[in-house]
Amino acid sequence: MMSLFENLTAMWPTLWPTLAAIAVILAFVPILGLYMTFIERKLAAYVQDRVGPNRVGPLGLFQAIADGIKIFLKEQVIPDHVYTFLYFVAPTISLMTAMFALVVMPFGPVPVDYESGFRFVVAPGIDIGIIMMFAISSLSAYGIILGGWASNNKYSLYGAIRSCAQFISYEIPLGLSIIGVIAATGSLNIEKIVAAQSGSIWDWNLFWQPLALLIFFTSALAETNRLPFDLPECEQELVGGFHTEYGGIKFVLFFLAEYTHIVTVSFLTVLLFFGGWNFPGIRTDGTVLMMTAGTLILVLKVSLVVAFIMLLRWALPRFRFDQLMGLAWKGLIPLGMVNLFLVAIVLTFGLPKHLLAGTAFLLVVAAWISTYQLQRSLEYSATSRRVATDMRGASV
Amino acid sequence: MTTNVKKEKTIKWGEEPKIGWVEAMYLPAVLSGVATAVRHAFSGKPMTRQYPEVEPEIPANYRGVHRLNRDEEGRVKCVACYMCQTACPANCIEIIAAPAPKDDPHWQNRDKYPATFTIDELRCIYCGMCEEACPVDAIELTSIYDLTGLSREEMIFDKEKLLSVFDETIQSGKDPVRTNRGVLGPASEEASTAKQGPPPPGRGRHG
Repeated sequence: MMSLFENLTAMWPTLWPTLAAIAVILAFVPILGLYMTFIERKLAAYVQDRVGPNRVGPLGLFQAIADGIKIFLKEQVIPDHVYTFLYFVAPTISLMTAMFALVVMPFGPVPVDYESGFRFVVAPGIDIGIIMMFAISSLSAYGIILGGWASNNKYSLYGAIRSCAQFISYEIPLGLSIIGVIAATGSLNIEKIVAAQSGSIWDWNLFWQPLALLIFFTSALAETNRLPFDLPECEQELVGGFHTEYGGIKFVLFFLAEYTHIVTVSFLTVLLFFGGWNFPGIRTDGTVLMMTAGTLILVLKVSLVVAFIMLLRWALPRFRFDQLMGLAWKGLIPLGMVNLFLVAIVLTFGLPKHLLAGTAFLLVVAAWISTYQLQRSLEYSATSRRVATDMRGASV
Repeated sequence: MTTNVKKEKTIKWGEEPKIGWVEAMYLPAVLSGVATAVRHAFSGKPMTRQYPEVEPEIPANYRGVHRLNRDEEGRVKCVACYMCQTACPANCIEIIAAPAPKDDPHWQNRDKYPATFTIDELRCIYCGMCEEACPVDAIELTSIYDLTGLSREEMIFDKEKLLSVFDETIQSGKDPVRTNRGVLGPASEEASTAKQGPPPPGRGRHG
């Protein structure tokens, strides 16, 4: 017992920063979830020329709190036909995996050669950081599938199955897209990837990997089940998808998981492609001021990405399921492979990285080819429909 | 391929729009969609009406809660002719007529007046036919649109209530007297502007 205490005392200098970071994340996620719903409602209102919630508190700011209190006090309804154990486990797994992925995610400047003291990440210097993040966030499919299965309801199950197929399809372009970045950096460590972008603004991965950014963002959006790809929960077909049978606090867990996913994806996009906490003119050395500046820059960039994701919801219609699959398998995966091939060429022959910005040109070629195919299939289907109609008319 | 099938001339074939390579990239469409969303988000002109604080503008021919007009001497204008009760498609008006008190100088030039005049506001369909039927322009519909009540009884308006509606709406200036003797109200503007005179018998509103 004594030795445990002594051990803990000896570990304390390295232990407290981790505990502090965990506390920050634990406090951050529910509040963020509440206020992201508020921001999303406001943004939706502005896009639709409305005002949005403005009754509770100044500018309606307490609406999120009121919603939170209301949903926590709701009656716990457990439908008769569910598999009770899985029914309760599913939302927990969903939120747990979503929050677990935040373990390796820096939410402020983390120098590669970190010392003791507070760091803006729970587990700094993890050399498999990005792989771990992907692995854990893929597990959230587990929560959704269990939720759909436990609900014992065909619509929920359909939602879960769709979700499963979607996750499997979009994992591939998601992984493919960042291999270029990783290969150029030579590390899976997120801090190192950001450090590699710390030079001028042109060192941001965005400027030599625009194609990878596009693929990454699209597939990450699909992983979060957000609107252009929200087939697992599309209201018009599946009632509520996998969370049809969930209400009150259990629904909140699913909901928080979804919003945590959005935040994770936005953070990853910023860290991998937009230079993380780097900004031209601001060097993040160890001083408190610079650390704060870096954190603010990171948070600002992340909120811009989050706002963009929310705007996309009101700009795009939902994909049909075959289109969704087609986009992954016929569009993003081939493009990802082409991108990877080009990165390999550039790195092998030591060519300047920014030649790869020309990959946008590839988009054009790929789109031209796919158009040709699309045109043909459209003409074919139109012709066949016409013939079918004519035949029907003739037989009558 | 349709040459051997007889084609009907009435059928028009719609063609699917051709998708060029720009559209097939999705991206321009996505960006234009986002641009539209952003334009609306920053337009700063919400369509929302802040209802309880800002009341809507009611058009002049709005058909809201009824009122019974008073004449110049403050008497109820109604002559208890039962025209509105007859015209009412919802049977919500109930009038009991009485001879005007002859010995009272106040009622000297009147023969009849309504002893009671009751309108069931819950039963009314707010069609405005009573207003058009009235020969002396005594009953009118006002622009009051937010009538509420906690019981059915309080939604049955008697003569005093209807007269008080007149007093209120005249005082607030929102509802001037709409109709004048012999001229139809704004709801039948078309008929009055066309100057066709009274409709021929048998083709009346209820004929």
